Amino acid sequence: MGSRAPATGLGRDLAVVAAIATAILLLPLGTQSGAALHAVILTLLATVLGQGWNILGGFGGQFSFGNALFFGVGAYAAAVLQMRLGINAWIALPLAAAAGAAVGALVGALAFRYGLKGSYFALVTLAFAEVFRILANMLPFTGGGVGLMLPLDTRAAAMQFASRVGYLYLIGAFAVAGFLLHVWLRHSRFGAWLVAIRDNEAAAAALGVDAFRVKLAAIVLCGALTATSGLFYVQYLHYIDPNIAFGPAFSVEALLGPIVGGMGTVFGPLVGAIVLHALSESTRNLVADVPGVSLALYGAVLIVMVRYMPGGIMGLLRRR
Amino acid sequence: MPDATILAAALVNGATQGAIYALIALGLTLIYGVLHIINFAHGAALMAALYAVLLLFTGLGVDPYVALPIVTAGMFALGYALQRMVIGPASHGRDENILLVTLGVAILLENLALVAFKSDTRTIDTPYAFATVDVGGVLIAVPKLAALGGALAMTAALFWLIERTDLGRAIRAVAKERQGARLCGIDVEHVFALCYGIGLACVGAAACFLLPSYYVNPTVGGGFVLIAFTVVVLGGMGSFVGALVGGFVVGLAESLGGLAGITLGWGENMGQLGIFLVFIAVLLFRPQGLFGARG
Amino acid sequence: MTMLKAAGLSIRFGGVAAVDGVSLAVPEGELCALIGPNGAGKTTLFALLSGFLAPQSGAVEFDGRTVTGMKPHAICALGLARTFQIVQPFAAQSVRENIAVGAHLRLRSRRDALAFADEVARRVGLAGELDKPASALTIAGRKRLELARALATRPKLLLLDEVLAGLNPQEIDAVVPVVRAIRDSGVTVLMIEHVMRAVMSLADRVLVLAGGRLIAEGPPAAIAADPRVVEAYLGQGTAARLARSGGAP
Ligand SMILES: Nc1ncnc2c1ncn2[C@@H]1O[C@H](COP(=O)(O)OP(=O)(O)O)[C@@H](O)[C@H]1O
Ligand SMILES: [Mg+2]
Repeated sequence: MGSRAPATGLGRDLAVVAAIATAILLLPLGTQSGAALHAVILTLLATVLGQGWNILGGFGGQFSFGNALFFGVGAYAAAVLQMRLGINAWIALPLAAAAGAAVGALVGALAFRYGLKGSYFALVTLAFAEVFRILANMLPFTGGGVGLMLPLDTRAAAMQFASRVGYLYLIGAFAVAGFLLHVWLRHSRFGAWLVAIRDNEAAAAALGVDAFRVKLAAIVLCGALTATSGLFYVQYLHYIDPNIAFGPAFSVEALLGPIVGGMGTVFGPLVGAIVLHALSESTRNLVADVPGVSLALYGAVLIVMVRYMPGGIMGLLRRR
Repeated sequence: MPDATILAAALVNGATQGAIYALIALGLTLIYGVLHIINFAHGAALMAALYAVLLLFTGLGVDPYVALPIVTAGMFALGYALQRMVIGPASHGRDENILLVTLGVAILLENLALVAFKSDTRTIDTPYAFATVDVGGVLIAVPKLAALGGALAMTAALFWLIERTDLGRAIRAVAKERQGARLCGIDVEHVFALCYGIGLACVGAAACFLLPSYYVNPTVGGGFVLIAFTVVVLGGMGSFVGALVGGFVVGLAESLGGLAGITLGWGENMGQLGIFLVFIAVLLFRPQGLFGARG
Repeated sequence: MTMLKAAGLSIRFGGVAAVDGVSLAVPEGELCALIGPNGAGKTTLFALLSGFLAPQSGAVEFDGRTVTGMKPHAICALGLARTFQIVQPFAAQSVRENIAVGAHLRLRSRRDALAFADEVARRVGLAGELDKPASALTIAGRKRLELARALATRPKLLLLDEVLAGLNPQEIDAVVPVVRAIRDSGVTVLMIEHVMRAVMSLADRVLVLAGGRLIAEGPPAAIAADPRVVEAYLGQGTAARLARSGGAP
């Protein structure tokens, strides 16, 4: 990296995204094993979930402990729109993203208008996720605690696929969209502003950065992208209930991937998702499928990462 | 309009529950006041303490009230060690890191409990579980009365510790001005760990008073901790009196609200929802100063 | 034309009147110094002028517009940039990235902002440190970075809060011409400064703040000889420094 011409690395980042997209496209040539494809699909789902969190938490420094809020809103929007209103899944996709964005705007407008930061922001996101979990239990059109079962309709036109390859390409497309969003953040004015706010909000304001609007835009993007992962979950597994949708598991998964991979980096969410899924797969092989083991492991990983590797895996690979 | 006995029972229930909330919230507010962090592991610690009480009872036949000193001391030791060996070293001087580490501890504890005890909800069967005393015509369950008295006594002990002892003075010095305290020769890391330990000891005591009339499962802490956060935020972060008063306010509101909910035919969910909405509203609308907006 | 005008600005913290009825005017193109003993309220006055604090009474007019009650970022967008006495770098970012944040106020393109950052760095003498993380800079380097970031917003008016404090004499001699060049490029400057040698050589006019009030103003030589000013500084040894600095005839 020369000191004269400011090399931005945009070309390199785009090349890596293209390589990842190609790898996803070609993967079915390498394996048709359902289990292998399933593992890759879940890893990519975790990647998208992590990407959503990374926009707000990694780039913006606003740690959400309740990102399941957006996941759940996307999942329920997808299920309710299709099952209650008969709307096609492909049309439900932008609507689910918009619902995630709208909830993001609501939470962000309240939290950032009143200057919530750090622990308080984390608490408020957690509380909103809980409120939505209770609402999903109470409201008539969500199916209550029983949840919603999306009827089988394996046609691409209904965004359902007979083969896992279709789902691989679908979540792959979401992930690539997430990567492109990240590359844009890394190389745009908006991203520079967001990172400046993370590093020092007062200094950013003194340089003309409107912290409220930038953070609000970040949580809207986070909500929209995370909601698409919720929609994918419903299309793939055909079922959602309040505890899956708004419970702590996805909130934890959303933040853990970027923390392990490297917060505020373009490829951290992917690296983190791969490492975590490899880890939980290998423990599953060791101790069968005892509930709690993989989440306990996640807790331990979180502690160890913050203690010994605060920059995540990408932090170790970085030049500086 | 419910009759006077039901109302009185609801008041006693609310006061008992409030005393437990206050005890949990006192630990939380102490940790916040000194370390300036929100202890996300507080609920998990309560859960761990409840299991400790359960195991002491079912395994060794130790009565929960007899177990009080054991569990409280054990939780203190756990808290001291956690802060000294895990949370402190992982913070790297950044509050965000502490936030994440306490979340990690919470996830770890809750899921270890899930591995060890499955997701079953368990209770203990004490001889006095259904004993009641008659106070002015109102029948009050003995465990509830013990919880009320015990929580008040523990709170008084904590006040005495903070206000009247050398340790309390050191704690207050660190809370106010940690650099200054360091310069005065106070071992700040030690005080941090003591505070975290005392915070968890409060939770241990709460568990002993709670279990005879309550239950335990791996996720039991979650509900309490959000309520404790509400109490602490209501009463003002770092304020002991606030935590005490806030605990009773929330306990009574919950109990009377539940009574109103049943009388008016709303669901049980309304009470829960109400607490979270109050929590969000309080977080948002309290004056800036209480929110530790640093810088 | 008047670039900056304040009328009756006041703010109290608890019982302390940190800034107490301050009125001032800085004409376009001037380099004006604001001096006064520690705790006089200089930094607080800057915070009021730049929107970081809202005055309890009084008004601020910048470039012909009332900006009282506006947010700092909006005031900055109008062309008023400030530096911080306690430097506030984006520590994890490179010097170039730090300066580019300022440049982005006027430049949308990342490439343009980074290129402009290089140009500004050259003007303040940071060209050799562009790829270093801000946290690796010396105190002098960080002060230059504060200056560079503010400058990168292409301000009409710069408020500099003790950019020379903590620098050694050689470093001061290196930065003084930088400030002069900024003024010569057409930027109006209001600077808080304790280094009297620099004030004497740079300022067109000096304002003196003590106890939250403006107690004197005038050309540097006259201020140095003003008994009220000497008195305000008594006990701080600045009267002697003023005399030694050669400002008085
Ligand atoms: N945020 C604040 N809260 C309370 N007092 C303050 C605050 N900021 C400044 N002060 C007080 O206002 C007075 C002026 O401070 P300051 O503007 O920093 O002085 P100067 O920059 O001239 O040294 C001092 O007495 C200081 O203690
Ligand atoms: Mg100052």
